[in-house]
This record gives sequence, structure tokens and C-alpha cells, in this order.
Amino acid sequence: MPKIIIAQNKCKGCELCILTCPKKNIRLSQKMNKKGFHYIEIIDPDKCNACGLCFQVCPDVAIEIWK
Amino acid sequence: MTTKRLMKGNEALGEGAIQAGCGAYFGYPITPQNELTEYMSRRMLEENRVFIQSESELAAINMVFGASVAGARAMTSSSSPGVSLKQEGLSYMAGCELPGLVVNVQRGGPGLGNISGSQADYFQAVKGGGHGDYHLIVLTPGSVQELYEMPALAFSLSEKYRTPAMILTDGILAQMQEPMEAVKIDTTRDENRDWILDGCKGRAPRKIRSLLMEEGALEAHNRHLQDKYNLIKTQEQRYQLINEQAEIMLVAYGISARVCYTAIQEANKKGAKLGLLRPLTVWPFPEKILQELALKVKAFLVVELNAGQMVEDVKLAVNGKTPVHFYGRAGGACVTPGEILKEIEKI
Amino acid sequence: MKKLFSKPESLTDTDHKYCPGCGHGIVHRLVAEVIDELGIREKTIGIAPVGCAVFAYDYWNFDVTEASHGRPPAVATGIKRFLPDRVVFTYQGDGDLAAIGMAETIHAANRGENITVIFINNAIYGMTTGQMAPTSLLGMKTTTSPFGRDPKLAGYPIRVGELLSTLEGTTFLARCAVDSAKHVLDAKKAIKKAFEVQLAGKGYSMVEILSQCPPNWKKSVPESLEYVRKEMMSYFPLGVIKDKTKA
Ligand SMILES: Cc1ncc(C[n+]2csc(CCOP(=O)(O)OP(=O)(O)O)c2C)c(N)n1
Ligand code: SF4
Ligand code: SF4
Ligand code: SF4
Ligand SMILES: [Mg+2]
Repeated sequence: MPKIIIAQNKCKGCELCILTCPKKNIRLSQKMNKKGFHYIEIIDPDKCNACGLCFQVCPDVAIEIWK
Repeated sequence: MTTKRLMKGNEALGEGAIQAGCGAYFGYPITPQNELTEYMSRRMLEENRVFIQSESELAAINMVFGASVAGARAMTSSSSPGVSLKQEGLSYMAGCELPGLVVNVQRGGPGLGNISGSQADYFQAVKGGGHGDYHLIVLTPGSVQELYEMPALAFSLSEKYRTPAMILTDGILAQMQEPMEAVKIDTTRDENRDWILDGCKGRAPRKIRSLLMEEGALEAHNRHLQDKYNLIKTQEQRYQLINEQAEIMLVAYGISARVCYTAIQEANKKGAKLGLLRPLTVWPFPEKILQELALKVKAFLVVELNAGQMVEDVKLAVNGKTPVHFYGRAGGACVTPGEILKEIEKI
Repeated sequence: MKKLFSKPESLTDTDHKYCPGCGHGIVHRLVAEVIDELGIREKTIGIAPVGCAVFAYDYWNFDVTEASHGRPPAVATGIKRFLPDRVVFTYQGDGDLAAIGMAETIHAANRGENITVIFINNAIYGMTTGQMAPTSLLGMKTTTSPFGRDPKLAGYPIRVGELLSTLEGTTFLARCAVDSAKHVLDAKKAIKKAFEVQLAGKGYSMVEILSQCPPNWKKSVPESLEYVRKEMMSYFPLGVIKDKTKA
């Protein structure tokens, strides 16, 4: 199972990763970060295939992927 | 060892810059400084150094900015209209604390003016010129010999204080041919250049910037710049004083100082007591010596090839202690020794 | 476990000041990844523009200087000519590169300066909050073309890559986008190629990147992506515009 680390305070909730994830596996959290943005969360870590497309489109380098 | 030879002002300046270790020259044609760009186009390549005829003076000064960032002794030259275009770059260089040399071979203005020698860019040179609170170090050669020797001084002061320097000359001196001696030029450089950008191998990355948006940062930077300018003011006022005991002291730089010198010799033959204070730096302005002279002389006569610019700095320095008179001709016209002597009679 | 995707070494940890969804951040990372992959971080000197990317020197972990608005190509020329074995690139917006700095752009390209230019075309002046750019599309409403860009008043959007392609001095010119993961990966390839051209001493390379500016386009992020795909790409076609290394 890949590990996705989200830098919650870097995320600006732009949703680029959400629009990109082929597994529709990312959503915005109800919670807000320090900057006042709703940051993202992974819906089901087991569903993630570590394709990295979310990383590719993230302008704020808020996602790190391990496998 | 050295022998005298005949050289044109523009070319002597170019050779002096090369001897001083100028590593990169960028220029754009404009009369009356073309011989300088032409000279550099040949000599810089012979010396395996960087020469570019840029697309504009804007580009040239920004190439100087870049070469300076990379650690070069970098220079550009132009005449009045082109120097106006360089003001943006000079302001950025002052803000970023980058050394570099700009030569202004002044011609008549405003606008396109004419191509005769002039001193009408004094205000622009010494008061800042571009936006923001800054000064250039401004040197004023008075002969072909000094045109040859001053680039080295300009580069070294500019590097010492990390601020751009200017050689403020004029179309008459730069076009003049006279004997000069190719004396040995001191090329020692401040080795501590821990600010240049040459790739961050073996050190932390560096940045060069003048944008300071953090609360209070720009004010602090300005305070630092002003401290530096004050240090330059106390340490680098340069001048030549002829006939210290004179009753009437002429004040002039560059080509007008040469005309004044002739006037003094004629007058003193007839027993008059005329002297000359010739600033070699007009920023920092030699105000200390003027303050001293103000207590000794009866009057000052400031002579310039403009409508009266440096006279304001003389008045500021003299501060009302002694009368300060002005004689000048604007629009590319030149003063004569006879005209100066007539002015003296009026005092 | 192995790190598959993470911040490249050539980026600092500093948070970007860009708006949510802005393309600048993506391109910063691509440039940093390419520099890491080519192993040139310690010999690279970047030139930041005046525009939203003015703070790029805070985000990149190598030497970076500012330049006045539009003059990065001249600054890059000064650096590269004096230090020809370093890697020198500019990063510029459309106002910086194609309006105030067009003369410097064209002449650096024409001299075949051995530099790389990363050109962010967001069809707007981002930093000054949404005025018309030389690349604003016809009909585009901006704060200085409130009735839509009218060619009679303001001329036509400039296709910079095509314009530069006529110059003998240019070696590699490409146009990319960052609206999707696929295009991001294509853009990275083009940026890498551009730096390789410089490393091989083959001359001037420029990669134009169509980039979204949601707030100044007055659009949501998804709408901005649609705008890039439908409107911008039809006027500014993606692909390699010129590649002399292939000739
Ligand atoms: C000489 C000068 N003129 C104008 C400005 C104001 N200014 C700052 S950024 C900018 C335009 C930036 O637009 P662009 O280059 O497209 O970059 P973006 O912000 O869109 O990335 C302007 C006009 C300036 N800083 N300097
Ligand atoms: S790595 Fe791929 S599958 Fe996993 S969250 Fe990111 S985009 Fe979705
Ligand atoms: S792309 Fe990056 S900044 Fe945008 S929502 Fe996803 S993680 Fe957050
Ligand atoms: S204004 Fe536009 S270009 Fe500037 S940071 Fe915001 S989205 Fe990016
Ligand atoms: Mg723009």
C-alpha cells in the first residue's frame, strides 16, 4: 500500500489533484489549515495506485508519495 | 619605462578600462563616444574578454548588471540620451549593491540636443538619476591622461563600496587628442566577493534582489545605504587645488576646468590672484575643502558648460560665508578664457 | 519503502505566495526537477522576473538574481557571456517577456545566446491584478480591456514561439501547458530538452507554458483549466515549434 503524505499547511485546496486523480480518491477535508484553506485528504489509502498524477499537478508540492 | 604617445580621449579611456581589468563591455553607438565602443569592439576581443554591441542602452546596462552579478569588472559607455536610458538599471544596481562602471561622454541637451560637448547632465549624475534614494560615485577626468587612469579608480571604488560608479566626461575631452603616458595601472581587486552568483557549489545558494517587502526591511536597507554613502562622503572627496592663496577661486571640473586653467595663467601673469578648485569627484562633492576655502577667499566663480548645476552644490558647501558667482554656457556651447576673465572683472 | 514523488532538491521548503491553482508553482517544480536530474544545481544561475514570480529566488535552491521588468534576457546575457560554463536561464511572464522586454527577448534570441528561457503565458498581467497582456486573447475582458480585447484598439495576441522561430539564432522552441498531468509531464520533457540544448552549447532555447491564472481570469480553477484547453490552446497550439537539433 503506498503512503501519501500531505503537507496540510502547504495545501491551498485548489482541487487540481482532486480533478486529476484517476481513482477519484482525493477530497477536501472539512477542516482548515493555518492559511485558512480546506486541505485535501485521501479517501481510501488502499485504492491509491501511487501513479503520482496528483503530485504532478500540485502547484504547492503539498503531496509526497512513498511505496 | 613608459613613453608619451598621442591618444584620443575616448580611446585612452577604453585602454585604461582594459588595463584596469574590465572583463565585460556592453555599448550602443552614440556620438560623441563612438570611438570608445569601436575601440572596445577590437581590443576586448584581442584580450579574450566580453564585448557586445547591445540592442539599446537599456540592454547594455542590464548586461552590465548581469556580468557584475557574475563577478566581472563590467562597464558600459554612452552619451547623454543613452545615459538617460541607463537610469533604471543604475537604480537597480544601487539597490542590489552591485559594482559597475558607466561612462557618460556628455553632449548638449535636453532631448536629442546636439553632439557638442556639454556638462548638462551634472544633476542626473550626482543627485541619483533614477528612482529611489541613492548616489553613484562620480569621477571627473580633466585630461586624456586622466581618462586613461580613472577607470581603475572607478572600478576599485565601485567594488570597495559595492555601488555603481560613473565617469562623467564630455564630448570635447573625449574627442581631444593629446600626449599621454600609458602608466602602469593597479589592478588589485577586493578578493572578498562573497556575494557574486557563480553557482552554489560548496556553499549555500545566494540571491541578489532589491525588492524588500517585509515590514521595515526596505527602510533598514535604506539606512544601510545611507551609512555607506556617508562613509564614502567622509573618505573619498577628491580634488585638485591650484593657487591656494588666491583671492578669487574658480570652481570647475573636466573641460571647463581646462579653460579656467588657461584663464588663471593669463590673469596671474597680469598680477591677479586667481585659483582653481577642480573636483575630481563630484559625488562625493569636495565640500570639506570648499568650507575651508570659504573662510579664506573673497569669492568663488563656478564655471560650467550648462545653465548652472554644480553651482548649487558649491553654494550648499559654502553656506553663505562667501559670495558664489556663476558663469556658464548651455546647449553645447563652450566658455572661453576671455569670457571667464570678463566675469572676474565684474566681481 | 521508497520515496516515489517528493520535493526536488532544487526547490526550497518555502511556501509559495501564489494563488490556489496557479501554474507558476507547477513550473517552478518542473524546472527544479530538471535541474536535479541533470545534476546542474550547483552551476545554475536563474533570473527571476518582475511579475508574480518575482519571489522565485525564495523558492529555488540555487543562485538566483532579480532583474528589472523585461530585462532578464540582457541580465542572462551578461552572466552567461562572462561565465559560459554555467547554466543560465530566465523565468518570465508575458508582460515581462513580450511587452516591456520584447526588444531584449528578440535580440538575445537573435544573437543565439546559449541560455534557456522559461516563458509563463497566462494571457494577463497577474501581479498588477489583471490588466491586458500582449498575449491576452481577442475578446478577453481584463481590467484594461473592460469591453474585451479589440484588435482595432490593442492589436492581436502575440505568438512568441512562432515569432522567434523566424530568427536564425534560435535552436529549440516549444509550447506546453500545465492544465493536466499529461501536459505537465510533456512540459517537463520540453524543459529538460531546452536545458540539454544549452548544456550542449547549441544556443537559445525557449519553452512557453500556457498557465492558468484563476483569480485574474475571474474563473474557478476547473473553469480556468477549460479556458486553457478550449480558448488558449486553439490560438496557441501546443508542441515543438522549432528544433534545430533535429535538422
Ligand atoms: C518598469 C516597470 N513597469 C511596470 C511595473 C509594474 N509591473 C509589475 S509586474 C507587471 C506585469 C507582470 O505581468 P507578467 O509579466 O505577465 O507576469 P505575471 O504576473 O502574469 O506572471 C507590471 C506591469 C514594474 N514593476 N516596472
Ligand atoms: S497517486 Fe494517483 S491514485 Fe494515488 S491519490 Fe494520487 S492521483 Fe490518486
Ligand atoms: S493540488 Fe496541491 S494544493 Fe491543490 S488541493 Fe491538491 S494538494 Fe492541495
Ligand atoms: S495572480 Fe495569477 S499568476 Fe499571479 S499568483 Fe495568482 S494565479 Fe498566479
Ligand atoms: Mg502574465
